[in-house]
Amino acid sequence: MIAEPRVEDLLRRLAPQVLGALVRRYGHFDASEDAVQEALLAAAMQWPREGRPDNPRAWLVTVASRRLTDHLRSEQSRRRREDATAARAPADAAVAPAPGESPATDRDDTLALLFLCCHPALTPPSQIALTLRAVGGLTTGEIARAFLVPEATMAQRISRAKQKVKAAGSTFDLPPPAERGGRLAAVLHVLYLVFNEGYVATSGPLLHRADLTREAVRLTRAVHRMLPEDGEVAGLLALMLLTDARRSARTGPDGALVPLAEQDRSRWDGRMIAEGTDLITRTLATTSRLGPYQIQAAIAAVHDEAPTADDTDWPQVAALYGLLDRVAPNPMVTLNRAVAVAMTSGPQAGLDLLAPLDDDARMAGHHRLVAVRAHLLEMAGDTAGARDAYRAAAAGTTSLPERRHLTARAARLSGGR
Amino acid sequence: MKYMLLIYGNEELWESFPPETFAEVIRDTDALHEELRASGEFVGAWGVADQAQAKTVTVQGGAPVVTDGPYLEAKEYLGSFDIVDCDSLERALEIAAKVPFARYGTVEVRPLMHEAAPEA
Repeated sequence: MIAEPRVEDLLRRLAPQVLGALVRRYGHFDASEDAVQEALLAAAMQWPREGRPDNPRAWLVTVASRRLTDHLRSEQSRRRREDATAARAPADAAVAPAPGESPATDRDDTLALLFLCCHPALTPPSQIALTLRAVGGLTTGEIARAFLVPEATMAQRISRAKQKVKAAGSTFDLPPPAERGGRLAAVLHVLYLVFNEGYVATSGPLLHRADLTREAVRLTRAVHRMLPEDGEVAGLLALMLLTDARRSARTGPDGALVPLAEQDRSRWDGRMIAEGTDLITRTLATTSRLGPYQIQAAIAAVHDEAPTADDTDWPQVAALYGLLDRVAPNPMVTLNRAVAVAMTSGPQAGLDLLAPLDDDARMAGHHRLVAVRAHLLEMAGDTAGARDAYRAAAAGTTSLPERRHLTARAARLSGGR
Repeated sequence: MKYMLLIYGNEELWESFPPETFAEVIRDTDALHEELRASGEFVGAWGVADQAQAKTVTVQGGAPVVTDGPYLEAKEYLGSFDIVDCDSLERALEIAAKVPFARYGTVEVRPLMHEAAPEA
């Protein structure tokens, strides 16, 4: 017997397909998005009670089309004027839905939706919210809870994002080839941010944030299925798998952050590591364009393959960070590289790499720079210097798990208690 | 990123407002909140009751000890606070400058801690 997917999972998977079908047929991205959201809610209420329709996708398209045409008609009469766009909706659309579009169209629709939601006119928080709702099929309430803001605030943010996309004159088509690379990079960045938002291995009321990580992996998998040849998409998926594999070892029983070197590696998820390692290995063997996600995934794989922290192939990690610093120069990369270099050539070599960052406006006084310096000073045996730096770094972060961790490191260096 | 805007003042200041100024401040405050709702940056805003109603709690030897009033002698008291969720510290400071009470008292801007991981 084949287990049916849960209603919720099925709805989330169908959401971008249904939205794509509506936008393709009627235009009106913003109104269509609202209509699909209403249809998803209706399905979530009705299907468990009355049974699942034979063709769930067609059911959703029909219901959403009806909501959309109702909405457009009432808008029309409210305004008491001809609305050229509403006239595009065929009168019989509500009762005669087209049969399911071909899978090829669904594929392009989901991609086109992602490009639309990650439109460069939007700020990253808006891109994230819109992507989770329009492509991920999450409700506004779910997104609001994940980001700890009132539902009305999130609703307003999503509605403004849709207006902005509309004002930017964006069409529901794949961007021209010349722009596609840059637009895809924006999509991957949003998926990466969603993953990071959720990558906090705490329990209790914060569990819903972990769902964001799952959602990011699910959407990245979908993009990877659509663009299997793209090395960066594969690299991002591998990076997520190799990072998420360490989730349960990343926090102690008291919720404190456990650094990589001190994690209980038997708690890492071996299946995820195998999948991520296999994916990045195959990708690196065939890639035509080496990008930052592929290199970061390769670094994560080197860490994940070491049975103990002492077995880590640090020369390999240092070399990969050196490569990453050339491909995508970024002070955050330099920080990580300094740690790897300290492991191969001693703490002073790492500290030397940090020195120029004090003059970098993006990094001067940044708590991450101070935290890495504290770590290297501790390695070098400068206990007092390390303790002061840990304290300064703790004061500079707004992440509670990070602050607890840095405060504990400083305390450990105070009088050996 | 969420920020807390703490709006401080004291009775002397609040009582010195002529009625029309107070009405203006309330009106401008409502307008600012409406603006923040529309921009999707509004998390919440609360006024706190008079400091005469404040209680201070400490636990001494396992037993709670409750005393009246704020713990410290201060010239300015918390009058109200807003929580906003915006893109940058610069934007939070811009919002703080729009708080009508900033014309008379002070507005302290504090980033709120969050449970998100530092960097993956």
